[in-house]
Amino acid sequence: MNGIMMKTKRQKNRISTDGSSWSFRTGAVITVVMMALIIAGFFWTPYDPDAMKGSEKFLSPTFLHIMGTDNFGRDILSRVLRGAGTTFIIAVVTIVCGALAGTIIGAVTSYIGGVTDEVIMRINDMIASFPSVLLAMVLISLLGTGKYKIMAALVIVFIPSYARVMRSEFLKYKNMDYVCSAKLMGAGPARIVTRHIFPLCVPALLSSLTIGFNNAVIAEAGMSYLGLGVQPPDASLGRMLAEGQAYITSSPWCVLGPGIFMILMILGAGLLGDGIGDRMGGH
Amino acid sequence: MVLTVLAVSFLTFTAFSVIPGNAATSILGTEATPEKTAALEHELGLDRPFAVRYAVWLGDFLRGNMGTSYSYRIPVGELIAGKLSVTMTLTVMSFLMILALSIPLGITSAMHMGKRRDRLIQVTGQIIMAVPPFFMGMVLTLIFGLGLKWFTPGGYVSFQDNPAGFLGYLICPALAIALPRSAMSGRFLRNSLVKETPLDYVRTAYSRGNDSHGVFYGHMLRNAMIPTVTFLAVIVPEIVAGSIIVEQVFGIPGIGRILLSSISSRDYPVVQAIVVMITILVTGMNFLADILYHKLDPRVGLS
Repeated sequence: MNGIMMKTKRQKNRISTDGSSWSFRTGAVITVVMMALIIAGFFWTPYDPDAMKGSEKFLSPTFLHIMGTDNFGRDILSRVLRGAGTTFIIAVVTIVCGALAGTIIGAVTSYIGGVTDEVIMRINDMIASFPSVLLAMVLISLLGTGKYKIMAALVIVFIPSYARVMRSEFLKYKNMDYVCSAKLMGAGPARIVTRHIFPLCVPALLSSLTIGFNNAVIAEAGMSYLGLGVQPPDASLGRMLAEGQAYITSSPWCVLGPGIFMILMILGAGLLGDGIGDRMGGH
Repeated sequence: MVLTVLAVSFLTFTAFSVIPGNAATSILGTEATPEKTAALEHELGLDRPFAVRYAVWLGDFLRGNMGTSYSYRIPVGELIAGKLSVTMTLTVMSFLMILALSIPLGITSAMHMGKRRDRLIQVTGQIIMAVPPFFMGMVLTLIFGLGLKWFTPGGYVSFQDNPAGFLGYLICPALAIALPRSAMSGRFLRNSLVKETPLDYVRTAYSRGNDSHGVFYGHMLRNAMIPTVTFLAVIVPEIVAGSIIVEQVFGIPGIGRILLSSISSRDYPVVQAIVVMITILVTGMNFLADILYHKLDPRVGLS
């Protein structure tokens, strides 16, 4: 029996150390490379992403066009870099605004408690239980399509998940002894929440930010794929996939380039988030 | 549950009422004259106060009348009935696939925790999780449709024409929705099994002479399934949402296409009806999960 216990303990240690540093390292490497590519894409792309060339339609990947060219003879790599930039900005704005609003809602409701808390969290749960893409679609039908509209719609969709995470984090620390003593020393609610409780919630926030980033990338790509998100002339990975799908039989590189780029973006952030989450659990 | 559905229907109804743009003028288009607009508004009941309209809509809905589509001019019920069943079939198929894939994988992974097989499943899972369902659909089309020629992309047949062909065609879309979610729920099950390992009752079960197989299936699995059931209930709405998008990849005439066209043509009765139907489905699934939860863990009361 002792042997079993020792075995499980040893295995547990192996997982939490090896596993987390593996995913953290791999995630960090992928994320840094993708970020570098995306940031570089804002300033420089191998070709003009919108330049059409009738003579160079549907070229398969070569050294000149690493991801090939599309139905208008545009260089796919250049478009992928530009499109990933758009997707990246939308995702970052979405999670930052969503997390900010969610944190404020979570902090206020958990601190006030009572009926306000109950009502707001009920509304929150209702929104959260609704399919996120569907909610975004309904909001888009109200707001209209476009880059900024999709940001607004996604922020609304993403707030509840952050509000829920942050509320439960705040509740965890709200009645701790050190918070009581801070109150006794005369600290007001604002100071307690921002200075004494919030710093402890940061790890949980970071971990849910990486998950949120992935969900935002997938949601934006999905909406743009359906034609409800980013509109031409803005490039977006989702739009490129929708346009390339028509030529999937003859020129599969039209969808493979943008698709694989998007998978790497999501994979990097996902592994990084796992690594952060595992390290956090170790404390 | 009823309250949630009521609240969602009220909120969407309000949202669609306050937005700018007049349904009557958009139906008439260039033929719009003030008289014609007023007449059509009266016909659609748009000239009545908001509260009355909501009450009328709700009453009709409860009697099974979901209103009339603005652009098709036929009852919404007729318009979506056939489509809803296609989407439902797709959703149920992918849910069953998730169960069939994630539970064995989660168990295998947890049983070989930390060993090569576990690592292999984990790494593959991580990669699959990063693939958005609609891109997975395209990859599956490339592999099974164009590479192996197991199905014809775009060769959808309706259930009435050929039931077997219909279900066969849905396998790939269902798989595209199921794969990323299976990776997630398999990982979830594995982690909750791993969490059970160091607990006292597991040690007690071993000390009573059970082999690891018996402890695993007889004791740990049941406890680890409790959070997994909750997780599965949470992803149901995402499966529905996923099928709306994946339907577009495979050209399946489900609820997705009609929803998209009614969103772009601002056909609100249709959007409203679909939203409420999906809410009913989701809350129903949550209700079922609660019951299952209680069956698995009698300590949890039914409230």
